[in-house]
Amino acid sequence: MLALQILIDGFAISALYALGATGFTLIFGVSGVLNLSHGAIMVAAAVAAWAAASVLHLDIYTGALFGVGVALIVSFATYFAVVKPIQNSTRIPNEEKEIFVLTGTLLWGIMIQELIAYFFTNNAKTVLPIVEGVVDIFGNRTPRNNIFTALVCCLVIGLLWLLVNRTRTGKAVLAASMNPRGVTLLGLELTQIYIVVWGIYGILAGIAGVLLGMFLGVSSYSVGPLTASAFSIVVLGGLGSVSGSLIAAFVVGYLETITAYMISPAYRTIPALLLLVFVMYIRPQGLLGRR
Amino acid sequence: MANFFSSRLFFISLVCVVVAATLPLYVSGYILGLLTVAFYFGVFAMAWDLLFGFAGEVNFGPTFLIGTGAYTAGILNNQFGWSVYVCILLGALASVVAGFVLALPALRVRGPYFGLTTLVAVLMLQNFVVVFADLTGGEIGLTIPDVITINAGANYWIALGFMTISAAILYGLSQSPVGLVLQASGQDPVQAGALGFNIVKHKLAAFIVSAFFSGLSGALLVFYFGTASVGTVVDVAVGVNVIVSAVLGGRRTVLGAALGAIFLIVAGEFLRPTGELATFIVSAVALLVVLFFPGGFLGAALSREARS
Repeated sequence: MLALQILIDGFAISALYALGATGFTLIFGVSGVLNLSHGAIMVAAAVAAWAAASVLHLDIYTGALFGVGVALIVSFATYFAVVKPIQNSTRIPNEEKEIFVLTGTLLWGIMIQELIAYFFTNNAKTVLPIVEGVVDIFGNRTPRNNIFTALVCCLVIGLLWLLVNRTRTGKAVLAASMNPRGVTLLGLELTQIYIVVWGIYGILAGIAGVLLGMFLGVSSYSVGPLTASAFSIVVLGGLGSVSGSLIAAFVVGYLETITAYMISPAYRTIPALLLLVFVMYIRPQGLLGRR
Repeated sequence: MANFFSSRLFFISLVCVVVAATLPLYVSGYILGLLTVAFYFGVFAMAWDLLFGFAGEVNFGPTFLIGTGAYTAGILNNQFGWSVYVCILLGALASVVAGFVLALPALRVRGPYFGLTTLVAVLMLQNFVVVFADLTGGEIGLTIPDVITINAGANYWIALGFMTISAAILYGLSQSPVGLVLQASGQDPVQAGALGFNIVKHKLAAFIVSAFFSGLSGALLVFYFGTASVGTVVDVAVGVNVIVSAVLGGRRTVLGAALGAIFLIVAGEFLRPTGELATFIVSAVALLVVLFFPGGFLGAALSREARS
């Protein structure tokens, strides 16, 4: 029975990790940006959804939409206020832009985190789940919300796959990740593609953030760990590889759940970190990464 | 080297150090305590700048080196009651070993991959401290029975002297032929290697020097505080502060890093009345500097001097 419980619990958290990491890896794949304000954007979405329900007294669905909207706005703000100025700067040498984007987005993330802490305190906030109640799966009592979370994550990832592989915009995004210069030569505006990608990213991070708020609850302290876990999942899967991130998210999610159930919740993150170090040594480009 | 001693930078630094050395005669112990911490932080930032600015290695885990030094020194003093100076020295040596361990992946992976490996190193150290709470004091922190001295002025002078000597050594190293080779291997490893320089050896040396000063400074800080805790010497947030200091002060300048660290700590303290917003304001200022003066404080000043 324990095995089944691990299977069910692990699936929800893994799917959530996968959704969070997908946007992160998409941005890296297309524009080479590692966005260290990722955790802050997710928390902003969750806190906005919480505030919409408990401060503005909106209903659950509007609240969730509001959270996703806030994430979208913050995502665009990140691009226009931080990432774009650094990428277009003539004073920063090209080979150092990477570290400047890292530092810039890190500071931006801290700013968002502190603003959230200032206006909404550091207390953990739990967004009211859209579906309530418990179902019985072969003798395991599982909150409906777990199933709902897993379903939404799979659905959104599926939609993303359709968008990238089946639409014109998506194909442009895919092409930009393969060869930015080729895309410009074909007459597509690279900046427009970046804006689309940041939009997709904002929506993905927003949905992941709101679901996380319903599933585990968030506080401004979750910003750092959320960024770190997305970063490590993405590196484990191979930077820029969406399917690699999906596999890595499930590996990390299940590893954490197994550790929490079998050994102790206190050691939850350790095996995943060890695995990460191990993979770095054996296969530095990650599971499905290209060099 | 000779023209450095006649340069304006040298005189400005000399004047700054002399003025700083007289501070205990007329300012309160509160300000001295603040600056003491800032000086130790300055050494963290300078050691980090040697790795990033010169060797080109994005080290997200400066606190792995700092924490190893600090906790080794603290635990030895707490468990065996060895003399403070022996503990500090052994702490610095442990940090050198840690630097060696950190350097191993750096020779295999680059860029973001290396950055993540260093970040993981910090998280592992943090987990280690929490899991082996009997030895390390866990999340509450490790009590350290001995301190170097309780005199605020003496502590201040030790910190100032330590920072000045570290700055002289690190700056001298960065301007020496070794520093140039390091810079070359950071910017274009293939070409530097083709010129016949042993990149592995130089990078390893940079890691060891950086680790030595980080660990030494961490150990000294622990004996100043009288306690070692995750929040003060290991946490990722501390490492972020170190990185922000170095970028703020001007990367690849070494001395600027110390300036950035002092600014960061003093500004954080002055903004304390604003409560929760203090960190927000400091981060916002740092972000503006990163966006508009990518060379940092010292970088901007130096380029103006070079132009005139």
